[in-house]
Amino acid sequence: MAKAPRSKKQPTKSPAEDPDFALHSLQEALEENRHYDASKEQMLHFYEQMLLIRRFEERAGQLYGLGLIGGFCHLYIGQEAVAIGLQSALDGDKDSVITGYRDHGHMLAYGIDPKVIMAELTGREAGISKGKGGSMHMFSTEHKFYGGHGIVGAQVSLGGGLALAHQYNDDGGFCLAYFGDGAANQGQVYETMNMAALWNLPIVFVVENNQYAMGTAVGRSSAETEFHRRGTAFRIPGMDVNGMDVLEVRQAAEIAFKHVRDGKGPVLMECNTYRYRGHSMSDPAKYRTREEVQDIRDHKDPIEGIKKLLLENGSTEEELKAIDKDIRKTVTEAADFAENSPEPEASELYTDVLVEEY
Amino acid sequence: MAIELKMPALSPTMEEGTLAKWLKSEGDEIVAGDIIAEIETDKATMEFEAVDEGTLGKILIDEGTEGVKVGTVIAMLAGEDEDASDIEAPAEKESPESDKSGGKEKSTDASEAQLMKTPRKIDVKDPEVPEGTSFTSVSVREALRDAMAEEMRKDERVFVMGEEVAQYQGAYKVTQGLLDEFGAKRVIDTPITEYGFAGIGTGAAMGGLRPIVEFMTFNFAMQAIDHIVNSAAKTNYMSGGQMRCPVVFRGPNGAASRVGAQHSQNYGAWYASVPGLVVIAPYDAADAKGLLKAAIRSEDPVVFLENELVYGRSFEVPDLDDYVLPIGKARIMREGSDVTIVSYSIAVGLALEAAEELSNEGIEAEVIDLRTLRPLDKETVLTSLAKTNRLVIAEENWPTCSIASEIVAICMEEGFDHLDAPVTRVCNEDVPLPYAANLEKLALIDTPRIIEAVKKVCYRD
Repeated sequence: MAKAPRSKKQPTKSPAEDPDFALHSLQEALEENRHYDASKEQMLHFYEQMLLIRRFEERAGQLYGLGLIGGFCHLYIGQEAVAIGLQSALDGDKDSVITGYRDHGHMLAYGIDPKVIMAELTGREAGISKGKGGSMHMFSTEHKFYGGHGIVGAQVSLGGGLALAHQYNDDGGFCLAYFGDGAANQGQVYETMNMAALWNLPIVFVVENNQYAMGTAVGRSSAETEFHRRGTAFRIPGMDVNGMDVLEVRQAAEIAFKHVRDGKGPVLMECNTYRYRGHSMSDPAKYRTREEVQDIRDHKDPIEGIKKLLLENGSTEEELKAIDKDIRKTVTEAADFAENSPEPEASELYTDVLVEEY
Repeated sequence: MAIELKMPALSPTMEEGTLAKWLKSEGDEIVAGDIIAEIETDKATMEFEAVDEGTLGKILIDEGTEGVKVGTVIAMLAGEDEDASDIEAPAEKESPESDKSGGKEKSTDASEAQLMKTPRKIDVKDPEVPEGTSFTSVSVREALRDAMAEEMRKDERVFVMGEEVAQYQGAYKVTQGLLDEFGAKRVIDTPITEYGFAGIGTGAAMGGLRPIVEFMTFNFAMQAIDHIVNSAAKTNYMSGGQMRCPVVFRGPNGAASRVGAQHSQNYGAWYASVPGLVVIAPYDAADAKGLLKAAIRSEDPVVFLENELVYGRSFEVPDLDDYVLPIGKARIMREGSDVTIVSYSIAVGLALEAAEELSNEGIEAEVIDLRTLRPLDKETVLTSLAKTNRLVIAEENWPTCSIASEIVAICMEEGFDHLDAPVTRVCNEDVPLPYAANLEKLALIDTPRIIEAVKKVCYRD
């Protein structure tokens, strides 16, 4: 008797029967609809915010070249859709954000005045950290933005602590903790994932995979380059997101944030993105070809992507150019402010070491 | 041949315990692995397991007996061909320590005893305690617990996290009872993951809570030192004063007993070298309580260094509702006019002992307990130096780049005109702490070394 042909596909299990459903459910939800249904107004806002980051960073690069910014300066150019897509979905009164040292974009996404950010880059008294932090160490507790941390991966466990505080205070907020594909190989990231899952902490881990950990391509440093899978060992659901598309990032944020806000525990989101500039200003980026960068710029640029959509939805070139012009003006003003503001008073050397006097 | 069953040492620092319960009776057959009795140490109730086989003969220590010294014969075990009822108790012997009659002295006790002797009564009371206050004898372990419990009752934001702090009641029993009173939300057992939970504690402090992060010992905090130094200590400065980090990192620090080099380091000087941290290392129970309460209330990150060998010692603690001591103030433990001995933590006990012995020889030493290592109370040290003109530092730590080195530098820079003799360091030997009892004893600071150094600076050697 002939056997009935066996279907190659396993019969779909219901979520109740599938013990791993939780691990892929969020990804499935994203795959059903990858694009956030943004109004034209929202799209214009995303465009504007991403462009502000782009122009700000270009100017920061210029000021670095002029010697007005010192030390390390890590630019966010190319990655704008990640910060804007995610942070536009936050509840600013409740949720907290923490990131590493490539932090200018995350601050601008909050609408923090570019002047005080640029003035921090130039080390001036008017800087958001009074000139004492610099590019890598900026904070705005007013906005629940907790830095700006210079040690690769440290922000992930600190973010776990912020999440613990949300849970402890039962304030309804969660922590959005960004880190890079480089930090994704730090042990403390997994120590934190373990505790976050164990204690059901309200935290969204976001790997901004910009393909290079400084000069090392992900394939040369990571045994598992699909970073969204790295929460599986702790039963943290993963999401694989196109970080060059602001509407997809925003859509992923909607799904992930709801999961966390519903008290279902941590989520690990990988945003695949690309940094156009070197790791820091002093990186000539010899580890990749000019063609590779150009190809991304030509075909995947997040700002060009949303621009195209806007034009399809009735915006005009003139309208968008006018926005760009305004942003350039804002950035020029910020740069002038940062250049002309006074340096901190010498007495500032000794302030803020300790809060109290003993 | 009958076998003597002796009171076991169930932790590296156990000297005596309570024979809580006999689980076997005289005449019972004993097989290796049988649980014979339950023994309470100062930390936990432990099971006493049989290693040898035979019949339980005479039980020499009744259940419920407290203060049974380690090594005391508690029962006899009859071998195969013996009649258990014939076995005689061994000749009267209280404990190995009192057996000086030619028997081999247990060499481990010597080094422990040096560090663990209970100090004599301290005659100078802390200035913060009002006249007429009554005192209760409390162990350092209980004082620390009381400080945490009081602050947790007072402030909802205060919580404790660390390895074995909750269900186990603390690896060294310091958090005993806290889980029962405050629940799992505020007494959090962590996995063994120091870097991660130090970061989570620090982040929680940045997020507005007041965490007490317990390290089982500070040796393990080396895995976490990045968060203590880079995240906790520096962020307020780097943020221009925006980012508060009111976290307390606490746990035992320094040499314990016979646990070898990786478990025996004093990190006082490491942390005290970092601007942005407050570093406290109390000696007695009153200071442990008053300073831990101050540390929990501080807006700054505090490293609070305890000492395992001192946990079980009891001291007079004032009966005050809210006993909080000032951070950054040293304490004169004993007044004297001939020489100053500066110390902190466990070495304060040795310094006081040395001072008593020196007094018999006509040298009156002033003993200062620094209590806070950062910010350091230079004024108290320099004022004492101006009075005595001679100074010795007694520190249970390596000498190189130590707190002692720092005190020497301060005396040179700011007290040079008052010096009648070179400032002298008495520290541990400059080697990783060895395991062997005799070598450990040689490596650690002791009273004779302090006495010798004092005599030298007094030109009396």
